[in-house]
Amino acid sequence: MTTRYSRRGFLGVAGGVAAATALPLTGCAAASSANDAAVPFYGAHQAGIVTASQDRLHIAAFDVTTESVDELRDLLQRWTAAAARMTAGQDVGEFGAMDGPYLAPPEDTGEAFGLSPARLTITFGFGPSLFATDDGADRFGLAAKRPTHLHELPHFPADNLDPRRSGGDLCVQACADDPQVAVHAVRNLARLAFGVAAVRWSQLGFGRTSSTSTAQRTARNLFGFKDGTANIKAEERDAVDRFVWVNPANEPAWMSGGTYMVARRINMHIETWDRTSLKEQEIDIGRDKREGAPLSGGKEFTEADFSVTGRDDKPLIDRRAHVFLAHPANNGGARILRRGYNFTDGSNGLGRLDAGLFFIAFVADPLTQYIPMQTKLSRDDLLMEYLQHTGSALFAVPGGATDGGFIGLTLFD
Amino acid sequence: MKPFTSAVTVALTIVGVSACTDNTASEGGPIAVVSTDTECKVARTEAKSGNLVFDVKNGGDKVTEFYLLGSDGLRIIGEIENIGADATRKLVVKAAPGKYFTSCKPGMVGDGIRASFTVTDSGTDMSAASDVAELLATATDQYRLYVRDQVATLVEKTTQFTDLYKANKDDEARALYAPARVHWERIEPVAESFGDLDPRLDLREADLEAGQEWTGWHRIEKDLWPPSAGYTAMTAAERATIADRLAADTADLSRRVEQLTFNPDQLGNGAKELLDEVATGKVTGEEEAWSHTDLWDVQANVDGARIAFENLRPALLKKDKTLAETLTTKFAELQTLLNQFKRGDGFVYYNELTAEQVSELSRTVDALGEPLATLTAAVVL
Repeated sequence: MTTRYSRRGFLGVAGGVAAATALPLTGCAAASSANDAAVPFYGAHQAGIVTASQDRLHIAAFDVTTESVDELRDLLQRWTAAAARMTAGQDVGEFGAMDGPYLAPPEDTGEAFGLSPARLTITFGFGPSLFATDDGADRFGLAAKRPTHLHELPHFPADNLDPRRSGGDLCVQACADDPQVAVHAVRNLARLAFGVAAVRWSQLGFGRTSSTSTAQRTARNLFGFKDGTANIKAEERDAVDRFVWVNPANEPAWMSGGTYMVARRINMHIETWDRTSLKEQEIDIGRDKREGAPLSGGKEFTEADFSVTGRDDKPLIDRRAHVFLAHPANNGGARILRRGYNFTDGSNGLGRLDAGLFFIAFVADPLTQYIPMQTKLSRDDLLMEYLQHTGSALFAVPGGATDGGFIGLTLFD
Repeated sequence: MKPFTSAVTVALTIVGVSACTDNTASEGGPIAVVSTDTECKVARTEAKSGNLVFDVKNGGDKVTEFYLLGSDGLRIIGEIENIGADATRKLVVKAAPGKYFTSCKPGMVGDGIRASFTVTDSGTDMSAASDVAELLATATDQYRLYVRDQVATLVEKTTQFTDLYKANKDDEARALYAPARVHWERIEPVAESFGDLDPRLDLREADLEAGQEWTGWHRIEKDLWPPSAGYTAMTAAERATIADRLAADTADLSRRVEQLTFNPDQLGNGAKELLDEVATGKVTGEEEAWSHTDLWDVQANVDGARIAFENLRPALLKKDKTLAETLTTKFAELQTLLNQFKRGDGFVYYNELTAEQVSELSRTVDALGEPLATLTAAVVL
């Protein structure tokens, strides 16, 4: 028999490395740069928020199909246990992928067998519909515990949302540096949910467009531009506390250590964009394409100066440029933490790629940090010529679990 | 809905580096230029004729510009404007043998910091560049007249349309809806350049933000082709208000368009934007969600793009004959396809098209859109 390198065996080494390099940053391992390391699952905050952005995404939203709150609670317990194992690089279940009874289907689906943890994080969220249906019914007796800002996002100008790509009662965001590890996580959680919750939509992201650590280089989106240069980074502790984690004074106690996740599927008309002159592309973005420097001058991380004018006293950064409209200075100082991913989902039947950016943002308060900014962008952003939002969801993301507890435990107390 | 005017004016002889279809850089590589607040350091003072590439870095604190001027020190051969502090931009120009001046203009004031620059003969044929300026001037003038003519007809037909609508002659109003809008769609990028008028005239329901009042063509469209359930028809008073507003806004548009003049790059970019409109809004049936008259719009957008191309064609034949021929062929192919969808004086409705027909239309539009996007650079470089 040949030597078998199980994920468990691998982890004996890699887990130790990760533990040794993990920063005392609450609930995450932002500084873990090794692509095969494990990110701790348990903590005050869920991992996968300020964790240094992994390269791949598989996110899924679920409709809860049961009417039993006990079954829902049980699912979250089982999901938490499975997530803790998978993020540590272990198989799901007692016997895993290969070691179970020969006449039984394996507990773990097996495609991640032999792969490293790949910095997998699994982040769970709860949608508005979990707390009340459209006609106001309190499905699980949770209405009184509804988070303050957990309401469906408004219609933004030019939205063309597909209901089959929007909403959801539950959310699972799996991020990893190996796509197979991320897909394995969602697949196994979906399997555990049969009879209790069913996948409503899911989305793969093949490359990160955000950096959440100063140690990461800024990635490019499918427009070919660096994206999220001014994003909140994990190292900015004050900004994370202020703009990412909810203010406990405003929220039910169970949301302590939590945040809100805004998910938007943004299609890009990349074909018409590619026919646009470099000059217009840079005007639309407000940054140069090579360096990502603001058009007001400097380097990538030079602060944009909207007062600098050029010929005819026109501002060097257009007042409808993406950078201008999204900048904190023009949004009451509000910032967001982004974890966006590039996607292509085959073609659209018109001879073009179904491509774009799956936008994910974590905010303490969507009402002040996201909705006003997106309204302005959807109405005025020069880039809107090349964008169409086709999916949308908002989730309340509770704090992290402690070993022995489970995600959302305090919600069901 | 990008304003036509956001395409910042490009002088006739220059183009952003992306538009450079000829990758042969200046012999000896790009010419480095460092513009400080007091100096204009040009790495070389001589180059061979053909495409010259200047790498212009702003080493000062003030926003700067860089020019290549003719021997008279007045004629602009190429320029790059609005270079922020610490930024680097490329200027690509096509230069014939002769004497020139380089000039940096930190702070964008005064005559600039000048130095002599010599272009020696490389043997490259530069004859094509001559006489083009006059052809381009004719092109922009022709296009200006075309736009004025279209907007005049738009005003006329819009008034007829709103009169019918107010008089509750719904069948006749429905019949005139698409034929009147044709004159809007033909000059759409120009019309959209007025950021206050465009939303009032042409916003679709999906484009509204919460609480925004909905006016214009598509508001009336929905009232004339109402959904089968959940819609309250407009009262006579509401009809009058919305119709008068449309007519007044269109008259306002006409007055403003009268004042416009055009640059060659606006013709080229406008043609490209018209095809973008077809590619993203019309080929998907999103523009005319209630009337399904999208194919009238497609034809009108293509008409407008073709006119801009035909106006530029004499200049393009001198600069890039192959592209001129390609575009002529691709326009003809798209028109042949559109002709298959004609019915009577108009077209079949979008919702009568099969998925295969929509796909073929999309592919044919893209086949024209891709080379059409290179038109601007081809005529102005």
